[in-house]
Formats: sequence, structure tokens, C-alpha cells
Amino acid sequence: MIAELGHFALILALCVAVAQAILPLAGASRRDAGWMAAGSSAAVVQLLLIAAAFAALTHAFVTSDFSVKLVAENSHSLKPLIYKISGVWGNHEGSMLLWVLILALFGALIALFGGNLPPTLRARVLSVQAMIGAGFLAFILATSNPFARLFPPPADGNDLNPLLQDPGLAFHPPVLYAGYVGFSIAFSFAVAALIEGRVDAAWARWVRPWTLLAWSFLTAGIALGSWWAYYELGWGGFWYWDPVENASFMPWLVGTALLHSAVVVERRDALKSWTILLAILTFSLSLIGTFLVRSGVLTSVHAFATDPGRGVFILALLVIAIGGSLALYAWRAPQLKGGGLFAPLSREGALLLNNLILATAAATVFIGTLYPLVLEAAGGGKVSVGPPYYNATFVPLMAPLVAAMAVGPMLAWKRGDLSGALGRLKFAAATALAALAAASALTWGRPVLGAIAMGAAAWIAVGVFAELAGRIRLGDLPLGQSLARARGMPRSAWGMTLAHLGLAGIIAGAAGAALWSEEKIIAMRPGQTVDLAGYSLLFEGAESRNGPNYTSVHGVFAVSRNRTPVTKLEPEKRRYVVGGQETTEAAIRTTAAGDLYAVIGDAQKDGGYVVRIYYKPLVAWIWAGAAVMVLGGLMSLSDRRLRIGAPARRERDLAPDAAPAE
Amino acid sequence: MKRALFLIPLLLFIGLAGYLGFGLTRDARILPSTLIDKPAPDFDLPPLLPGGQGLKTADLGGQVSLVNVFASWCVPCRAEHPIWAKVTKDERLPIYGINWKDKRPQAQAWLEQLGNPYARVGFDPDNKAGIEWGVYGAPETYVVDRNGRVRFKYVGPVFEETLKNTILPLVRKLREES
Repeated sequence: MIAELGHFALILALCVAVAQAILPLAGASRRDAGWMAAGSSAAVVQLLLIAAAFAALTHAFVTSDFSVKLVAENSHSLKPLIYKISGVWGNHEGSMLLWVLILALFGALIALFGGNLPPTLRARVLSVQAMIGAGFLAFILATSNPFARLFPPPADGNDLNPLLQDPGLAFHPPVLYAGYVGFSIAFSFAVAALIEGRVDAAWARWVRPWTLLAWSFLTAGIALGSWWAYYELGWGGFWYWDPVENASFMPWLVGTALLHSAVVVERRDALKSWTILLAILTFSLSLIGTFLVRSGVLTSVHAFATDPGRGVFILALLVIAIGGSLALYAWRAPQLKGGGLFAPLSREGALLLNNLILATAAATVFIGTLYPLVLEAAGGGKVSVGPPYYNATFVPLMAPLVAAMAVGPMLAWKRGDLSGALGRLKFAAATALAALAAASALTWGRPVLGAIAMGAAAWIAVGVFAELAGRIRLGDLPLGQSLARARGMPRSAWGMTLAHLGLAGIIAGAAGAALWSEEKIIAMRPGQTVDLAGYSLLFEGAESRNGPNYTSVHGVFAVSRNRTPVTKLEPEKRRYVVGGQETTEAAIRTTAAGDLYAVIGDAQKDGGYVVRIYYKPLVAWIWAGAAVMVLGGLMSLSDRRLRIGAPARRERDLAPDAAPAE
Repeated sequence: MKRALFLIPLLLFIGLAGYLGFGLTRDARILPSTLIDKPAPDFDLPPLLPGGQGLKTADLGGQVSLVNVFASWCVPCRAEHPIWAKVTKDERLPIYGINWKDKRPQAQAWLEQLGNPYARVGFDPDNKAGIEWGVYGAPETYVVDRNGRVRFKYVGPVFEETLKNTILPLVRKLREES
């Protein structure tokens, strides 16, 4: 009964979304305040209805109602409660429901907190948001109904893929989706601006907080996913360039470009049509990514081929959303008035360079992800190009980005002084060279790229501090005054400082872990010792254990360094009873210098076990860096200028006239 | 002229959508290969596993066999992997692996974690044999007859359906051929 109510709520939500797509848009062109206001109420009602449907599905999972087909296929009565809940979105239908729930949530947020937007813009944004929602609600109802019943109901369920039964992954999809779907707001703003035919500094100021919010979520979501892959897949890799990861990485790259180009629109009223294009592309990549992955078109052959109805529906939605917005762009964008001029060597120029590199990087990832699909369209099958491709394309692209990253913030708007900026970066350059030399000496004989990456990380980090020092005139003014200036610095400036610093951490961590890691794969019997990276690991033995829905082999290693005991590592290999799948639970000791990572394998006939030990230098810096980056995003989000208030409105009235003609 | 510039994103997307749409209508994952019905190419790979056997042209032939190209970084390979254990057990069909563009420790760990169904695994880190075989990407699977001729090439992961409907019937037919 509750499942049917959920289904009904979803149908009602579709009706509301259709009304919300039409009424405010018509109202905005007729200047009818009543019709425009209807959009805001509809957005809230739509959210409530989808939330009700989601609650109904969650109820079916929590109570293990196996007469609901989705629950029977993806849950099990023995499963811990947290994984019953995460099972709601651990499958195609449920994840689509979560997707539209977050979409409706963002729409309702615009309705509730968009009071400072001009009524026509708000009405159009809500209308575009509802069009996306209506498309996906129709998709769910027509091809992926999560509430379908099963008769007769089975005695117990099929269980969730055990790899997904992990706290890190339970909450990874909601965070990631909040990022993906959050970019829908930037998209709706871009389309609404194209309809209005107006983009100005105020527009950029309204879009930026939403983009920042989505970007922060997406950064956190990607980091969580990478961390999960690191400790759960059992081979210590943190990034595999697989289509699922790329699908989230492409919108991140273009979204990062969007964040930077929106700054130029806001400050200088330039790069407008480019920014609009980035806003459209960011969400388009989210859409393509979500569905290429969700439909399984890249990783498994069957989903698309055996259910062509679903595939055709998805493709039609992509064509309408992306094709429609790009057609509107081709029609309206040429009419956008160009803004301030700038010399190539200026803050704007540096931000444009950042944009071009990020867009190119996204394109290389796109080609690497889509190439297998293109090959298939040409008559081939599904293949994977893998890391060799990305190492040859993506990694070299990062070099100019890193080089420009420290310089850009030092340049003035309109016309910058490159030699002055480089002069202020002397110390950063010296530190970078010192870091490069030290890293080369320490890791002589190993890939030189690692040492270069350490130099790059030092260049960015010291460059960030040099910029900060210049901003607060450290050493120029008495310390007390400098600190006062630091306190008075806008939050968005602190946000940039933190986000750039975070990237330095990620570069150092990724290079250390990928290029300098050490590993040993051996068969060990209890009592034997293995040495790796200065640690000595004594294998004390292994035993069988029983978990709630699995049995496991549990190994114990006593770790010491220079004969001093350090810790115990207890890796596990689990076998899930229902599905028979096996997972590895690595034991990891994390320090700032590096992680010691142990995995236990199968028992051998002679009483030994296959054991894998890794040492991953600096790997924790990846996630620490990502956390600092997210913190930077949130810090910037809390900036006064981005909050709802009068200054924004005043500037909006001034901006169009203040902009010089092209 | 300037307007044309703004059309570029739309045109690119139309091309992409066309490709995707074309992909939807196709279910054939069978790629014609210039190797079909020709003797397997000349290659000689060192063993991947310590104490294991390498793979060279002369190892093929004598009996019908499969050659499977895989890599530890390849997600579809992981997806198709369980089927090979079944094939070796149920069909007594030898499967030879070419470990392609991979790193040795990772490939060894991969086989150790997922099981090793291969009779021999050749290690091909720099695409030497891959070029001879005309490998597009991983995974790929070939059927080789008892005379050492390549009879069939399949690009992409092999699942139950392809195995039952295409590969195994062909293997049976080839076994009956003299």
C-alpha cells in the first residue's frame, strides 16, 4: 500500500513539474506576476511529493518488503540497517529517484532563497529546472519504476553487492549527486539568461554561490569515491580512470573552469558567452556521465542492448536538454554584449588560460571515456583505453596549468605586470627548485616525474603564500596591521588560498603514491617476517571469523620499525554468504609520510597465505588536500558578497551602463 | 562569420548524439579482423607469473583454444573474468592470456585476487604482441583452431549470452573439423 502511495506521489510530482515548466515561463513573457509566482509554490510542492515517494521506497527497504521487486533484487533481511538504507540508491531505479529528489531540492531552494532575484529571471530559472525534472520523472515512471511489485514475493532478497556494503560508499552517491545535480542550477540560470538575452555582473554573482556549492559537493564526492576505491578494492590504487570516475571528473574539470570564468564576468563583465557555454557544458557532462554510467553502456554490455527502450529514452532526453540548450546558445549568445577589454597578460588572461587548459583536459578525458563507445558505434565492442592513454595526454596538460596557477593571482585586472609578478615569485621558484632537487636526491633512480611533481606542489604552495603575504603586506607593514588586514580579507580570497593549497597537497600525494610506492607480494606462513620501506611485519597468523552476513579470513601482522613495535595490522578477506562474492578489507596504517597497507589473500595448501604489502608515500595528502579544497569552496561560499543582500541589487542597476562598449 | 562560431558546440553535440543513436541500434560486437582464417601472428611473450609458462605462436594449435587479451586496469576485463573459470572447468577448453599494457605486480595481484583460469599467460607490457594481433583495447577474445588459425575475434567483455550463442557453438564445430 505504501509503495503504491509512493508511486502515486511520483505521478503527481510529474504533473506538478509539467505545470512548473510551463506556467512561470509563460508568465515571464506576459509579465504576469501571478503565473510567475506559481513557479515558486510548484517547486516546493514538487519537492514534497518526490520526498514522499523517496520515503515510501526507503520504508520498503527498511522493512524488507520483498513484494517490491527492487527490494527483493537489492536487499536482504540480514543486512545491517545502514546498508538497507543505502540500498535504496545502490541500484538503477533508486538512484534515479535520488537524482530527481536532489534536483527538486535545488529547485525548491531557489524558490525559497531566491527572493533577491528579478521575478522574471527567477520564474525562468524555475521553469528550466522543472523541465529537467519533468523529463527525468517521466523517464523513471515509463522505464524504471522503483515501486514495481513482485508476485509471489520471495522469502528473502538477493543482497546488495558486497563491495557497496561499506560506510564510505553508503554516503558517496548522495554527496556526488548533490554535486552533479547542483550544476543544474548553473544550467538553468544560463538558459534563463539566454531567454532573457541578458548576462551581467549581477547574473554572475547569483550563479556563483550555486556553482560553488555544487562544486564543493562534487569535490567531496569524488574524494570520497577515490578514498573508498583505495581502501576497499585492495590494491592501493586511488584513481583508475575508469568510466565511472571519469563521469564525475569531467563535470568537475569544466565546473572548475566555470567557477573561474564567472569571476571574470562578475568583476570585469567579460567572457560572458564563454561562461554561459561552460554552465551549459558542465551540466551536460553531468547528464552524459550519469547516464552513460547508470545505463551501464560503458562497463557492461547488457543494460543498453537488452533494454533499448531505456536507451532511446535517455538519448531523447539528452538530445532535448543538451541539443536544445546549445541551439538556444547558437541563436542568442551572439547578441550578448561583450564587456571589458583586457590585455593577454592580465588576471583575465590568466583565468582564460586556466579555462582553456581545464576545458582541454576535460576533452581528453571525454575522448578517452567515449572512444570505446565510438568504436562500438563503428562496429566494434566495448574496450577500455586505460591509464596509458591518460598518462600520455592528461598529465602533460597539467604542467602549464600549475605553472600559471601561482602567477595568475599576482596579475592585476585588465593589464598585468608579468615581471613584477615573477619577481614576487622568486622565493616560490627557489623553493620549487629546492623541493625538486631534494626529491630527486631522495628518490634517485625512480621516476623523475615524481620529483617534478614535488617541485610543482612546492611552487603552488609557496606561490599561494607569496600572494597572501602580498595581499596583507606582510613585512611591509607592522605585523599587527598585517594580521588586521588578513582578518579583513574577503572570505572568497581565503577560499581561493585554501583551494589552491589543497591542489598542491593533491599533486604531492598523487605523485608520491603513484610513482614511489613500494610493494611485496609473497606467500607467508605464521611466524615469518617481511620487510618493506623500513617497516618489519611479523605474520602472527590467520583465523576464520563470522560476520552478520559474511565469513572471513582474518590475519594479524605485528608491525615494528627499528625493533620498536609500531602497530598491529589486521586485514580481512570476506566471503558474502548469499551472493558468494568476495571482498578484501585492507588494513592500513596512515601517517603523513605514507601509508602501510596490508591485504591477506587465500590460504594455500601448505598452511601459508598470499599476502600483499604496500607502502604508499604521501597518499593521505590526496584526501587531506581535497578536504582543504572543499573547505576553500565553503569558505568562499560564506563570503558576504555572495549572500543575499542590497549591494548586489545596487550593482545590478549600475553594471550594464558601467560596462564599456566593445 | 562570428555567428558560425556559436554553432560549433551544437554541431559537435549533434555528431555525438548521432554516434550514440547509431550505437543504440547496433548489437553486433563482432569486429571483422584481417586475421580471420589466417594463421595466428608471430609472437613470443615471456611468462607473467614466476614459474609460469610464456606464450608464443607455437603454443597455439594442436587443439581448439581461446586467446584472451586482458589488463588489470581494465574494468570490463574484471566484469568478464568469472566466465573464464567456468569455461576451463565445464568445457575443458584451454584459454591463453595476453596480459596487455600492464604492470607485472598489478597483473599478478589481479590474477591472485580473481583467480587464474589461463593455461599460459604471456606478459606484453609494451604492446609487442598486441600490434601483431591488432588489439584495439582490452578485453578481446580470439578463437584459434587446431591448425593454429584464428577463426573468430570478439571485442569487449564476453558474457554468458555471447559464450553460449556464438563462441561455444563455434568451438564445437571446429572440434569436429578434421
